[in-house]
Amino acid sequence: MPSTDSSSKDIRKIIVASSVGTLIEWYDFYIFGSLATVIASQFFPRSNPTAGILATLATFAAGFVVRPFGALVFGRLGDLIGRKYTFLLTLIIMGGSTFCIGLVPGYEKIGFAAPLIVLLLRLLQGLALGGEYGGAATYVAEHSPDKRRGFFTSWIQATATLGLFISLGVILITRRGLDADPARSIEKFNDWGWRIPFLISIVLVAISVYIRLKMQESPLFQQLKADGKLSVNPLKESFGRKANLRIVLLALFGATMGQGVVFYTGQFYAQSFLENVVKIDFDQSKTMLLLAILFATPFFVVFGSWSDRIGRKWIMLIGMLLAVLTYPFLFRQLLTIPATEGRTELTDRKEILSSVAFIGKSKDMIRTSTTHTYYDGGLLLTATQKDTVYASGKTSAKPVIGNSRTVGTGDYWKMTGVLFLMVFYVTMVYGPIAAFLVELFPTRIRYTSMSLPYHIGNGVFGGMTPFIATLLTTIYTGNKLVGLWYPIGVAAISLVIGAIYIPSKPQETAFDN
Amino acid sequence: MNILKRALGVIWIILGPFVLFYLIRTGAAEIAKNPVTNTKVQWFVFIGIFIPISFGLVLFGYYALKGEYDSK
Repeated sequence: MPSTDSSSKDIRKIIVASSVGTLIEWYDFYIFGSLATVIASQFFPRSNPTAGILATLATFAAGFVVRPFGALVFGRLGDLIGRKYTFLLTLIIMGGSTFCIGLVPGYEKIGFAAPLIVLLLRLLQGLALGGEYGGAATYVAEHSPDKRRGFFTSWIQATATLGLFISLGVILITRRGLDADPARSIEKFNDWGWRIPFLISIVLVAISVYIRLKMQESPLFQQLKADGKLSVNPLKESFGRKANLRIVLLALFGATMGQGVVFYTGQFYAQSFLENVVKIDFDQSKTMLLLAILFATPFFVVFGSWSDRIGRKWIMLIGMLLAVLTYPFLFRQLLTIPATEGRTELTDRKEILSSVAFIGKSKDMIRTSTTHTYYDGGLLLTATQKDTVYASGKTSAKPVIGNSRTVGTGDYWKMTGVLFLMVFYVTMVYGPIAAFLVELFPTRIRYTSMSLPYHIGNGVFGGMTPFIATLLTTIYTGNKLVGLWYPIGVAAISLVIGAIYIPSKPQETAFDN
Repeated sequence: MNILKRALGVIWIILGPFVLFYLIRTGAAEIAKNPVTNTKVQWFVFIGIFIPISFGLVLFGYYALKGEYDSK
């Protein structure tokens, strides 16, 4: 069955309608991750071990465990009742859950119920995301002309990164915009302002639902339905039949697994590495990533479009190869660019600031001591020590020590350049992959079949990257780059499998048969 | 190329259980080092999710060995 050639105006509308919804879903999913620390302090007090477990599950497990289940549940629905209504449903679930997270009272008000509700809402977010992507990619692909499928679906691909971009942007703007005084603004943000990014999601979702309601069902799906050829049991057809299961496994191990780790290393582990290992100032690390994403995002469309001419496979595999070969070098640059070795300390500019403030109405005080050490090249190291001075004379608890470094303009752009390269690799592996996946499977089971390998590859292998990489650094201490062996190992295996087993031009073999 | 595809099938069949064994061994060592509930939960989730993936890799290797991915 040939694919449908919609007019350029129609396809633009379809892309906008699908992309806006998918973009909002990614935004919703990422703000939880980006605000994990603030959320933890609001809902998951460390003193309660049960709440601690819920925190672990909410921030660690739901992000990746639930997505494949969402792929199965909503993929099946999409192949049974249609793409349009299924991804409309996932959008409503995602938007509703996100909005509700913004409304949940903190642990101090409702106790144990707070982390439990947040965990449940996070699980719903994961389920919805598991269903959304496959629907949007399938929907756009089924409206696209054969020769431009890579180009049109690449817009859907760009939404994941743009969702991260918008989530970081909204967080930064809210964090800075709540008060004229920056310190008070951050304080307000940590207190209640963090709810704003969650709450505004409902407006975005309402707009997107309105747009999506006006969309037509995929023409290929409508045709199958009219012919009475819809799958009766998409799960059984997708995973119970060897002919299709072997393709699902190939898609997972030869493509999405490698794509997932490159995606999460470039955009998430790099962020975590900057903040936790290199100790770059919060705002600087976020704006560096924002700029890297901004400059790299057009390449999603470039590589998607290019894949229509030269095939999807080698663009994705070269992206993986570049990642495997250059990650150690790039991450080493992130460590060495802002290092103090080889720099001269500007001793005359050194500042030590101390302050004390009463805690609420008590006579206990928080004592803060901040040391600013300046180096040439604009590097500033800030060491902050906080401890409690008790009026009763009780021994002060162990002081909290925080370090951060702020880099000068030259180093800032060098580090942004390194991040840009990592996001550039993301565009290579991720730009063509929607077209690659949809072309592997027939229409009757496409939504189900492509969603599962995508969400295991991207959600499980990729989503676990920051966690496993950080875990490796705690097991094999002494090497700050040891965490990279996980993405490098996974991408290398995927590269070998993809290079040897995937046919060079799958789009010629499978779109509809 | 088909011979290579089939031969590598053996590697994938071995790799699946090997990775799982490595995970279980590392997880057990980490739990022993820090036997708090949180560490246990993390590792149980972690190993639990990799069991079906490891099985999938073995199945992929089996299909490769049987020539299911051979070029026609």
